[in-house]
Amino acid sequence: MNKSDTRLKRIMTAPFSVWMAIFVIVPIGLVLYYAFTSSEGGFTLENIASIWEYRGTYLISIELALVATVICLLMAYPLAYSISKMKARRQQTMVLLVMLPMWMNFLIRTYAWMTILEDTGLINTFIKFLLSLVGYEFEGFTMINTNGAIVLGMVYNFLPYMVLPIYTVLTKIDRSVIEAARDLGAGGMDVFTRVILPQSVPGIISGITMVFVPAVSTFVISKLLGGGMTYLIGDIIENYFLGNTGEVNYNVGAALSLVLMVLILISMGIMNHFDEDAETNGGGLF
Amino acid sequence: MKKFISLLLSSIIAFSFAVVAPAANEKTVLNVYNWGEYIDLSTIDMFEEENPNIKVNYTTYDSNEAMYSKIVSGAASYDIVIPSDYMISKLIQDDMLAELDFDNIPNFANVDKAYKNKSYDPENKYTVPYFWGTVVVIYNSKYVAPEDAEKESLDLLWNEKYAGKILMFDNPRDAFGLALTKLGYSQNSESEEEWQEAAELLKEQKPLVQAYVMDAIFDKMEAEEAWIAPYYAGDAIIIQETNPNVDFYIPKEGTNLFFDAMCVLKTSAHKEEAEKFINFMCEPEIAAMNSEEVGYATPITKAAKELLDPEITGNPIIYPGDEFLRENTEVFVNLPQKIQMIQSALWTNLKIQSSESGEKESALDWVDWFCIATAAVGVVSAAYFIVRNSRRKKLWKSAV
Amino acid sequence: MKALSRIYNFLVFAFLYAPIAVMIVYSFNGIKSRSVLEGFSLQWYQELFHDSVIMKSLYTSLLLAVLSAIISTIIGTAAAVGINASRGIRKKIYLAVNNIPMVNPDIVTAVSMMILFVFVFSTLNKFEMGFGTLLIAHITFCIPYVILEVLPKIKGMDSNIYNAALDLGCPPIKSFIKVVLPQIKPGIVTGLIMAFTLSLDDFIISYFNSGSTVQTLSVTIFSMTKKPYSPKINALSTLLFTAILILLLIINLPKDKNSVKKKGAKK
Repeated sequence: MNKSDTRLKRIMTAPFSVWMAIFVIVPIGLVLYYAFTSSEGGFTLENIASIWEYRGTYLISIELALVATVICLLMAYPLAYSISKMKARRQQTMVLLVMLPMWMNFLIRTYAWMTILEDTGLINTFIKFLLSLVGYEFEGFTMINTNGAIVLGMVYNFLPYMVLPIYTVLTKIDRSVIEAARDLGAGGMDVFTRVILPQSVPGIISGITMVFVPAVSTFVISKLLGGGMTYLIGDIIENYFLGNTGEVNYNVGAALSLVLMVLILISMGIMNHFDEDAETNGGGLF
Repeated sequence: MKKFISLLLSSIIAFSFAVVAPAANEKTVLNVYNWGEYIDLSTIDMFEEENPNIKVNYTTYDSNEAMYSKIVSGAASYDIVIPSDYMISKLIQDDMLAELDFDNIPNFANVDKAYKNKSYDPENKYTVPYFWGTVVVIYNSKYVAPEDAEKESLDLLWNEKYAGKILMFDNPRDAFGLALTKLGYSQNSESEEEWQEAAELLKEQKPLVQAYVMDAIFDKMEAEEAWIAPYYAGDAIIIQETNPNVDFYIPKEGTNLFFDAMCVLKTSAHKEEAEKFINFMCEPEIAAMNSEEVGYATPITKAAKELLDPEITGNPIIYPGDEFLRENTEVFVNLPQKIQMIQSALWTNLKIQSSESGEKESALDWVDWFCIATAAVGVVSAAYFIVRNSRRKKLWKSAV
Repeated sequence: MKALSRIYNFLVFAFLYAPIAVMIVYSFNGIKSRSVLEGFSLQWYQELFHDSVIMKSLYTSLLLAVLSAIISTIIGTAAAVGINASRGIRKKIYLAVNNIPMVNPDIVTAVSMMILFVFVFSTLNKFEMGFGTLLIAHITFCIPYVILEVLPKIKGMDSNIYNAALDLGCPPIKSFIKVVLPQIKPGIVTGLIMAFTLSLDDFIISYFNSGSTVQTLSVTIFSMTKKPYSPKINALSTLLFTAILILLLIINLPKDKNSVKKKGAKK
């Protein structure tokens, strides 16, 4: 490698290094700084300690996100599997159909669910109408403003993030391996559990992270579909930074974000451990 | 060091600003920050027409607290804000409001003297009143039994018969105000125990509440999605116009009387234009137009007495008499810092409580267990596959 | 089995498209109601085009998306080339840093940038949040995705051609432009499109980093969801949906033709 080459390399990465240092590293440093200082500026562990008060919120956020992730996985796998078995042209169309809703503003899509789920919404009106035909008076289900509605919103918004990586991995499975398994006498179920499923693990894992991370940190879905009844960790962070409850406290907010970040890093670490021997990353979205 | 870093950072940021800064606009931009649904937008058009060199950038907030945090973050600059009484005191105390030059606001003379020199601005140096009103209980007479509504009490908001159909304020000051009033305490209570009691009362109410909302109340009450809600009197009128089944009353336990006033922030670079805007909003015709659109009571004498529909100005709930106001209402004052912290903590605490009633910890129950079980099975099987695979790889390697 | 999977797929797609269908139907509603349908009208579309706030934020969003896509693609592509050429710990650091905005939840990225801006602006007592801060924030979270797209293309490239160009006396920069760029072009284009859509779709980061003067479309929509319902929001989403549909068709059609051509050529 000659000298001018090294220089060129440096020049190429220079804007990136400077940019990322200032707008990624320094901000995270500032989050750390704020998390460990009081509003007067002295070092304190109080912010971190005060997080104990929010353990319930962390738990409910993780719980709802986990439930949404599992439902996504259960819904997405069969879909991805059946798409991967279609003809190439059809596959392309189907993938496009899965992606299309994602390209729309997610606020608008979530907002539309309100119309569907409300007490006077489409589902309830429809059921009431049907039952009134047989002369039965029905009070309607309460669907909106519950934790169930929040989970539904998460599943709805993040389902494509689960389908696409699984699909990508499934299409990469070598057909000849499946055929070989068949030739060696493996039944349909055996082929699935012993060949296809293990090979799709990287896709599943990247799908899980892509659903879980945005789900656990959301504050919009809980606001729109949860009616302000359940606060998720995202809502608390938003409150501390934008002060809708009256108190703006960057320090506690930074501590909360820090813990969220660490939680996610830990779970990513565990995930990557599972993913260790698969060198392909689960396939991008596009 | 800190200075140096910020200087370095800012020079880079400044550079990127310079590169992308939109072409310099010759018009003066006046940033007005107001409550949502609190203006007749055509008045802004009229103002811009009258002052062709001013462009109004109008944005909204949905609580005093949200407004306050936005302006103290220093991240945004507004010229005019329209906060309520107690927030005005706080802003004055924080030295954030500019003293107005009343020579530029000749229409201030149109303001009824009952709304000048209020306690939040005793010498009336900083504010020009915009609207005023009370907090009322709104209900839908189609669903709420007359005997419950007739009592005209705050108890309606805690009535289990209407569980799931009750809305509540999504801001701590108004919500706690109601709870304190129901307990017979002052809305400006400085006793920690009283605030604790109020918090208990709100916790009791939570299982009955459908949602904590602000302006979403319009849709929910109009579409009969919810039947009972406390809100501001002016908005109640607007809801009633759309849905005649809706009615409202001032609770007999007493209620909050609020004044919202226009202020100019000290940081404003366009104070003169801001005063022009304030002056414009005090024109009787404009104030009448505005009041008709948003439903709130205007402090401009001529608008209230001559220009507006006497049916509205005669409504004792929108324009209650002085005597009634003196006896049944209370104006929020700026709470001491300690109480503010308590309020904020209690409110967050209320919001992070599980919304379902005591016996059940979570709404999801079986779904929960199912998912946790599935996740566990997934983890175990993933681990199994990986261990098996790696073992096989090792075998394979050793064989080769 | 086949019928079963068809039914299943249909149900999942019904779930994905139900809200979109609801929005489209209600955008033509004759009355201003979220539950009752009555008559047909285009009035909400008319009102939409006369709503200066929405139109202005649409313009802001588009401008922002274009600028941040271009800038992040330039920085990202250059960085990808550099990263690919580096070795050892240096490369690991680059990749780790690049991963941070992708791994972090959006709200943490948003909040950390907000802290930076507030911290700097308040110590200097100068500047305020606005288009500049939005642009910086958007570029920051777009760069990693550009690199994600471009890096594999560079890895897969035959470096011998570049070296041959150098050996033949072509200066490095010229040989980069003439030899390397054409080879990684598909990656750059995908990166650019991805950055554009990410920026256009973002809400959380814009929500925390926009000041008083500018609002992106997402932020405007969010404030609309808090206000009394207006079918304008449905009209807006119907238009967006149609635009995206057309855009996707345009992007995908020529690709099909190419692949058909290639197949034909192979034969």
